[in-house]
Order: sequence, then structure tokens, then C-alpha cells
Amino acid sequence: MLARGFTDPVHDSQGVFRAVMDALARPGTIQGLATGLEPPSPLTAELAAIALALADADAPLWLDEPLRQHPAVAEFLRFHTGARLTGTPSEAAFALVSDPAACPEFGTFAQGTPAYPDRSTTLVLAVSDLSCGEGWRLDGPGIRGGARLAAAPVPADMVERLGRNHAGFPQGVDLILAAAGRLAALPRSTRVTGG
Amino acid sequence: MSAAQPDTGYNFAYLDEGTKRMIRRAILKAIAIPGYQVPFASREMPMPYGWGTGGVQVTAAILGKDDVLKVIDQGSDDTTNAVSIRAFFARTADVAVTTRTREATVIQTRHRIPEAPLHEGQVLVYQVPIPEPLRYLEPRETETRQLHALAEYGLMHVKLYEDIARHGHIATTYAYPVEVAGRYVMDPSPTPKFDNPKMDDCPALQLFGAGREKRIYAVPPHTRVKSLDFEDHPFRVQTFDRPCALCGAEGVYLDEVLLDDAGGRMFVCSDTDHCEERRADGHVGTGGVAETVAHA
Amino acid sequence: MYVAVKGGEAAIANAHRLLAEARRGDSSVPELSVAQIREQMALLVDRVMTEGSLYDPDLAALALKQARGDLIEAVFLVRAYRTTLPRFGASEPVETGAMSLRRRISATYKDLPGGQVLGPTFDYTHRLIDFALAAEGEAPVAAESEPLADAAHAPRVTDLLGRDGLIEPSAADDGSPPGDLTREPLDFPADRALRLQALARGDEGFVLALGYSTQRGYGRTHPFVGEIRVGTVAVEFVPEELGFAVPLGEIDLTECQMVNQFHGTAEVPPQFTRGYGLAFGQSERKAMAMALVDRALRAEELGEPVGAPAQDQEFVLAHCDALQATGFVEHLKLPHYVDFQAELELVRRLRAEHAARHAAPKAGTAAEMKEAAE
Repeated sequence: MLARGFTDPVHDSQGVFRAVMDALARPGTIQGLATGLEPPSPLTAELAAIALALADADAPLWLDEPLRQHPAVAEFLRFHTGARLTGTPSEAAFALVSDPAACPEFGTFAQGTPAYPDRSTTLVLAVSDLSCGEGWRLDGPGIRGGARLAAAPVPADMVERLGRNHAGFPQGVDLILAAAGRLAALPRSTRVTGG
Repeated sequence: MSAAQPDTGYNFAYLDEGTKRMIRRAILKAIAIPGYQVPFASREMPMPYGWGTGGVQVTAAILGKDDVLKVIDQGSDDTTNAVSIRAFFARTADVAVTTRTREATVIQTRHRIPEAPLHEGQVLVYQVPIPEPLRYLEPRETETRQLHALAEYGLMHVKLYEDIARHGHIATTYAYPVEVAGRYVMDPSPTPKFDNPKMDDCPALQLFGAGREKRIYAVPPHTRVKSLDFEDHPFRVQTFDRPCALCGAEGVYLDEVLLDDAGGRMFVCSDTDHCEERRADGHVGTGGVAETVAHA
Repeated sequence: MYVAVKGGEAAIANAHRLLAEARRGDSSVPELSVAQIREQMALLVDRVMTEGSLYDPDLAALALKQARGDLIEAVFLVRAYRTTLPRFGASEPVETGAMSLRRRISATYKDLPGGQVLGPTFDYTHRLIDFALAAEGEAPVAAESEPLADAAHAPRVTDLLGRDGLIEPSAADDGSPPGDLTREPLDFPADRALRLQALARGDEGFVLALGYSTQRGYGRTHPFVGEIRVGTVAVEFVPEELGFAVPLGEIDLTECQMVNQFHGTAEVPPQFTRGYGLAFGQSERKAMAMALVDRALRAEELGEPVGAPAQDQEFVLAHCDALQATGFVEHLKLPHYVDFQAELELVRRLRAEHAARHAAPKAGTAAEMKEAAE
């Protein structure tokens, strides 16, 4: 049987959006995220919640290899979002990454153009550890003074990747890091250096 | 303050969920690219273009049932358009509304930034008529888009410098252009330049909605917002040579109220909530007594 | 003594009551019914549907009643209602070649297959006020039923020209869904389908004036009315779950095919070009003006110099919508006293500086001005 979606689609979607908005507006902070979802594995409840809140027929989804291998995941997302699932990362509005250590190069996703930098992918990474006050050093818009953030697992060359991504500003991708019950974000405007 | 019961027949906060998602996606990109104008498929709203449809759509997209909403126009909660928009959300979203700046979680504004410092939990939503700061210098969207892509803002500096040549100082008094996070030049909406410094390193998230022009842009909290200027002509805000006649506040933006046809006038806080709170705290101005300023 | 602008809420409520009263007018005069407006103000209803982008004569008539006959206000009501409607998808393209014709004229041929059908038109009326109408007299004498053109035998004029290669072929349908500027923000340059959508929704007066300007030399297109047809077409829709077209109903349309001169290039032999107009109901003026502006906006595509306002798509598309225009013009009614105060302060300061300069020795002033200018 298909796993159910939000109990209260209007207010649940709004709650997820506000958590993502606050996380992007204040990189380095961790926002709570209660979803009430039990999507088919390996899709996490947080990835599912972000997809249900923000994806639809106008915002295609890209799934990483482990998610693609489970037809129940695609079925769940198609039914609840109506979004097209694309195999081409550069077409995706949102990329759901269940195995962040194996995440493809950020440059393979939509970067936007100099005239339309907003036409870029938002990567949603399912991490198991997420904490602030330690780890990478963050500065940029939304950050008072400086902030620190740690997340795992991530690609081995995460800091270099984020550095290249930031160097391309205003083009680039934006990252949402989602762990159980909480999330943080690293927009392209954030400068990240090793911890 | 209690809100009216919501009308049945419309979704929470009026917009359908598909429209909200579209606007929310635009807001997220706007935050990630501070000062850049994200195109969005602005909907036809039940109020006219130019009367805050952009701000209303942004507010409707972010508003949750636990939010406390404040709406101001010209700094005042009681101007007719502010009353009308506040009533719209009280009716369609059943959210709590307030006139108190510090109690609000979402503040929608037209033409002012509140005097009381904003705090971390707040979102300030601006109604924007013309989002493109270069529009009056270059009317074509295809051109201005390229200028932003190339960060080519020479035109703007030339314009401001022409003011200096003609008048001895920069003659832009409102909608004074700013540079956001060292990259995009942005129109702060037609707020008086008096309010520009409040945008810099502001603890609140600032979102801008232009409905007719179909653009959303943002300034994240604690972001550098610099008013454009020149070394020999640094940016300066308006100053008033007298305090508010009602509450005695200094260093605030004042409205000039005409009292008669003989030059009688008084100056009072434009931010009505700020003024009321000060008076409630016992601050008194010149007693509300009209002072007459002689004509030059 | 301070007269604050308190009580906005009460003022608004009272204004709404006054509006309701003014809308009704003298209550001793019978109230208009929606059906009366729909039947007797039909051309106005058509215009509200066209600019409102919603085919619903009853709703348009109701909007006109609510708007006290203010056309743009009625369009506004219809548009604001339209945005709240769920979208099931796009219909199949309507086949105007198979239109059940009520009126069909061509200015390019004296006679043509299917014939000229005047139908209900003001064209040859003498514009003399008919005082008999004020007497609310008898129903008019039924017209001799004009032989309605048989759609099967009234081929489109452009198809007749196309058979001989005298007119450019219509761009082939590549199957991609046309854009929708109510769903995606307009992006420049906009393709022809989006331009046509904008013009169809555009203010009739604005589009008319632009079309007129092309006739007066601001982007000449040498137009001929190939054909105007007014009538009824069937609308069909393919539901995802069925996979075949089902009829939704019929709508009245006015279509104008403008035939324009074009000199050809080294590669392309000379042939006529097209300008296209389409509107709900009987809206000939709109369809014709739209066709003129459509052709003018194709200047760049056809390698013609672009300079006139009607050829400038940013200018035309950004300003043709009556709701956007009226909203922004009328928003000047809203308070702007905060900005005005800022300007007031500056003008006072500039005047004071000016006065001080003039009080100072002349040489000093000149030197100061010069310095500032550098």
C-alpha cells in the first residue's frame, strides 16, 4: 500500500517551507523539522517532506542511485507531488540524495545562467549527523560574525566542492542538509572553509 | 488582538497550494542569491496591481497559522490600504494581527521600515512597485538583465554623480539604490533613504515582492547592505531639526501635518506604533500644540 | 489637535456601503438582471470575456453589473476569479476553418468560395440615435435569414492564398505546448504564441491605438483584411485517463487574418505575410487591431528594421494589460506622504542653498558651480 502523505497538507507544507527558508536565510543554524511521514526506504522522512512541500509538476525531481533502485520511492513521490522524475541532473529543480558520500559533482546539476542564476538545482542531502558550533567555518549573508556546522556523511572533497560552488556565485547550487528531525542549509552565497 | 473567522471557499491565506509552492521556490532562490530579482508567475490577486499584490503574495506564501501579522503603509497601521490588507489576511488566514512591531513575526510594509529595531524571528515583507533599480536609466528588461549579470552598475553611478553636478548633492531621497552583499544593486522599494541604514546587518529576514513586475528578491539577515555613494559625497540620511510633537522622539522619520492654510504645521512620528508606545511610556512632545513655521 | 488617520476600518466599510448604494442607483428604476446584460450588452460581455481570459458570458455579465459598467473593473473581477479556478489542462486547438459562421467577410476578394456574409454588423448603419429604442418598443422584425456560409465550402482565405504559395505558410505545429503568461512570468524575447496571448488579453483601446499607429507609418505593414470570421466552434479536451478527445461545448469567436506585404529576400521569393487576431464573442475591432500589432511585432523575425513602438515587444507586452496599467496608475491615489516628505525636505534644502548662493558675491557662486560640475 502506498505510504500516506502529509496529514494536513496546507500547514505541514508551510511548516517544512519555513524550516527550509529559515535554514537558508541563516546558514549554520539548525532548524527543527517534524514530518509525520513514513516514506518507503531508503527515502528519509525529511527528504520526503521537503519534496512534498516544494516539488510539483513545475519542479522536476532527480533521485540518486539508491533511491532510483527502489520503485516504491518513485511511486510515492510521483503520487504525492505530481513532479516529473528526471534522470538528467541539470534538469532538476530538486535533487534528492540519500547517499551523500556518493553525491555526483555539484557541477553536474543545474547552475543557472549569468542572467538567470535562480534556474539552478537545490540539492537535498540526507545526512545522519548534523550539528552546529563545530566543523566547517561559515561566513556570508545570513551569518552574524561566523558560524560553524558539521555534517556527515558528505563527499570526501566537500569543502573543495563548496569552495568551487561559492566561487561561481551568483551561479551555483544550494544545499539542504537534512538529518532526522532537523535540517540546515548551505546556500551558494556561503563561504565554507575547513574546520 | 483577535482575528475574524476565515471565510470558507478559499484556501488558507487565499492562494492555492500550487501557487504557494511556486512562490516559495522563488523565495528560496532569492535568499540564496541576495539582491537578485527572481522572476515569478505573479497571480492576479483580488486587489489591484500597484496596491501591494507582490507583498500580499509573499506574505500569503510564508504565513503559517501561528504567525502574528502587522501591516503598515507609510509607517502607519491605520492607513486605509494597511487596514485593507490586514483585514484580508485576518479573513482568509485567520492569523493573529497586531500593530506592535515587536510582537509581530511577519510585517508587511509599504514605504517604511519600523523605527523599533527588528529581531531574529521576524520577516519584513516589502511591497515593491518597480523592482529594477536601473529601470529609469534603461527601460529594457533585456538590457538591465545583462547589466546585472555583468555587475555593470556604471550607469547608476553616473546618474547619482549627475545629481551632484547639478545640485551639489545626490538628489535621490527615496528608493535610494543599495548594493547587497557586495554584488547586486537593489531597489529598496520607495522607502525614504532615512530607512536605508536599517537594512544593513538587519537581524530580520527581508523579502521583497513586486506583483505587477513579477519579481521576488531578498536580503538575508545580517547581510551587508550599502547605500551607493562616493568618497567625496558620502551617503547621508535626512535629519529633522525638531522632535516629534507628540512623543518628543528624535532621530526618527517625521510626517509633516498641515494644520491650516496659514502655514501652520506640525511634525509627528511616521511610525504610529513607535509613537504610541513612547507616549504610553510617558514621553511627551510639545504637547501636540501646533507650532507655526514661518514661510521663507 | 493632531488629526490622525484613525478609523480606516470604519471608513472602508462605509465606502463599501456607499458603493453598493451607488451601484443600484435610483431604486424606483427596475434592477438590471444578469440575463439582460448578457443578452443586450453582448459586445461588452464579449470584451470582458476576451480581456478577462475566461469564456463565461453569465459571469462576465455579473461582473459588469457588480462593476457598475466599468469595463476594466469587470475584467478585474473575472481575472481574479479565474486565478482561483483549478486547471485540468489545455483544450485541443479549435478549428476555426470548421467554424459555424455568422459573419464572414474578405476585403481581398470581391467574391470567394462560401461568399461574403455580412451578419449582424454596425458597418453600414447610419449612426443616428434611434429614439424609438428609448420608447422600449416592440421586438424588432426578424431578419430574412441570410444563407449562412457552409463551413465546408468557406475555406480560409489564407488557405486559398497558401495553395499557390503566395502567402507564407503558418509555422508548423511542433507539438510543444504553448506557453502561458498567467503561469510563467513573461521573458523577453517572447515567442509569437505568448505575444498573441498577451495581445488577446490586452486592453482593446491600447491595442487599437498601436494598430492604428502602424497604419500611420510607425511600423507600416501594408495590411489587407484577408478575412474576418465570426461564429461558433467546438471545444474539445483529451482527458489523460481516456486518451481521446471529448467535446466540452461551443464558444463564439472572432478571427481576423491580416494579409501583409513582404518583399522577400535573396533566399525567399516575395510572398505575403500574416498577422493574426482572435477574440471571444464578436470582437472585430480587437481582432483586427491585434492582427496589425501581431504583424508589426514580427518585424525582427522577418528582417525588417525595428523602431516603431508597435514593433517593440518589450514596450507593447509590458504595457498592453489594462489591469497592470490601471493598477499602477491608480495606485498613485494611495498615500505617498512619506516619500513626498523626503522630496519636500530636499527641495527646501536646495532652495535654501540657492538663496544663500545668490546672497553671496557673484564670483564665488560661479566658482562654486564650476567646481561642482567637475
